[in-house]
Amino acid sequence: MFAACADPSTLEGLGWLACYLTTGKHLSFYAAFGTVLVLLAVTAPTALAFGMGGAMAARSPLPPLAWLGRGYIAIVRGVPDIAFFLFFVIALDQGFEWLRHHALCPDWDQPVRQGNDFIVCAAAKLPLGNAPQWVHEVYGFALAVLTFAIVFGAFAANVLFGAMRAVPRAQVETAEAYGMTPRQAFRRVVVPQMWIYALPGLGNLWMILVKATPLLFLLGVEDIVYWARELGASKTARFSDYPHGDWTIWYFLALLVFYLAFTKLSEIVLARLTRRLSHGQATAGGEALRRAAPAGPAA
Amino acid sequence: MSCWETVQSYALRSLGYGERLLPRSDFTLCEQFVLIGSGMIWNVYFGALALLAGFALATLLAVGKASPHPWARKPAEWFVFLFRGSPLFIQFFFAYFAFLALKGPLPVFTPFTSAWAGALVVLFCNTAAYSGEIFFGALQSVPRGDLEAASAYGLTGWRRFRRITWPTMLRLAWPAYTNEAIFLFHATTLVFFTGFPARQQRGDALYYASYFADKTFNPFVPYPILAGYFILLTLGIIALMGTINRRLNRHLPAERRAPMRLRPAFLR
Repeated sequence: MFAACADPSTLEGLGWLACYLTTGKHLSFYAAFGTVLVLLAVTAPTALAFGMGGAMAARSPLPPLAWLGRGYIAIVRGVPDIAFFLFFVIALDQGFEWLRHHALCPDWDQPVRQGNDFIVCAAAKLPLGNAPQWVHEVYGFALAVLTFAIVFGAFAANVLFGAMRAVPRAQVETAEAYGMTPRQAFRRVVVPQMWIYALPGLGNLWMILVKATPLLFLLGVEDIVYWARELGASKTARFSDYPHGDWTIWYFLALLVFYLAFTKLSEIVLARLTRRLSHGQATAGGEALRRAAPAGPAA
Repeated sequence: MSCWETVQSYALRSLGYGERLLPRSDFTLCEQFVLIGSGMIWNVYFGALALLAGFALATLLAVGKASPHPWARKPAEWFVFLFRGSPLFIQFFFAYFAFLALKGPLPVFTPFTSAWAGALVVLFCNTAAYSGEIFFGALQSVPRGDLEAASAYGLTGWRRFRRITWPTMLRLAWPAYTNEAIFLFHATTLVFFTGFPARQQRGDALYYASYFADKTFNPFVPYPILAGYFILLTLGIIALMGTINRRLNRHLPAERRAPMRLRPAFLR
């Protein structure tokens, strides 16, 4: 990056390190932190949407829908999440290709699964064989997001399901007394009030999601763990202008510090959010806030 | 090869007994069941030992965190923050490379570069931190009346802790601790997937499941088998912990001895 780095063999000490840390591969490493943050930013709302759907299905008065919702929650929670990460990446990929295969190549007569091979016609491949590199990367990333959303959606559904039941029954009865239909009562009374009950669980879930992001590298995305392993491995003078021994441990130390800092930051934000949502709620936290507030003219 | 012969040659494969080579082609359902089940031995080994050892440290950490002395409190707080604040995956990676680096100057660390000892240390510290936080929360909510009654009977210090505070803490923490135990067993699947290499392809259940999925390119057989094994394991843990819970609450009259209700939030 710097002009002085043109000839690494002349560099010494800190100058060498500064040049080493600004090589092209290191810039990719720094960009991978952005990938992780983007994944979190995209996955959290998606998983919340899946969770909302799952919780509403589990609450449904229609038995098949309720079984579907409850089954989704129970199965995903009973099995290690890493197994799901490995399962869904292949399963979703094959599922999409199978659907496209049936839609795009109706006159294909061979079976899709031949022994150990999964064969679809060329037009159904995802992404297409001649697609540019960025399409492959976006597709891999989207699969990862979908996988995370399915798994964490089940946990979110469980939290939201509990929170909806925690909203005081009297509130819903009042809404019914005002003549609201069940749907209106759900939208106007239950959903706005459930967040404070859901927040501890959702906060917990956010922490788990943050701590699950190193799994991205198993899903084929070039994330920070991938680069830490790549850059930390020992480099010999033949292959690099910046030879060094096995530095993996230092790169992983950096990741450890990154995650600890991120956790601490999340804790602070969640504490503030809890305080805000507790305002005016009929909970111990809300009561404490009411007492602490200076007696204003309205109080 | 009949299914019984498969069981004979592969049932203890993950420990290094029986057939050396994994099947390469024409995988039968029986082989998948037996090998994934064989891998479960490792999951149970890691989970059970880490849980037992972690229990003792967790109690210490909870008492340390509740202590008014900063010399006891700060180390406990930092330990809990370090292991709860960072991903277990990174901990495994980091520990593996740290042990590798330490092995050179200090040969004592040689066993820790293999999974059976190194991963166990990480899991032990991890579960101790999580359970320590659970026990700390329970310790804070031990009813004041219980402690006052203990003082009235003249129980103080260590005797009061051993006979009143600690059992009450366990009773309060038990449902959450059961969840932690279930999650610990789930977390054991990470051992061979992130840091520690599986020597001679002797891995845990997930290692074999993903081996089959990679070879057959069909995830719909091995992963459901793995899921079935884990659901069975989870049911076993719940049954065992429920028995302990009944034992902990045996002094309560039967109608107040509510069956253990696992908190719906299955989270750590």
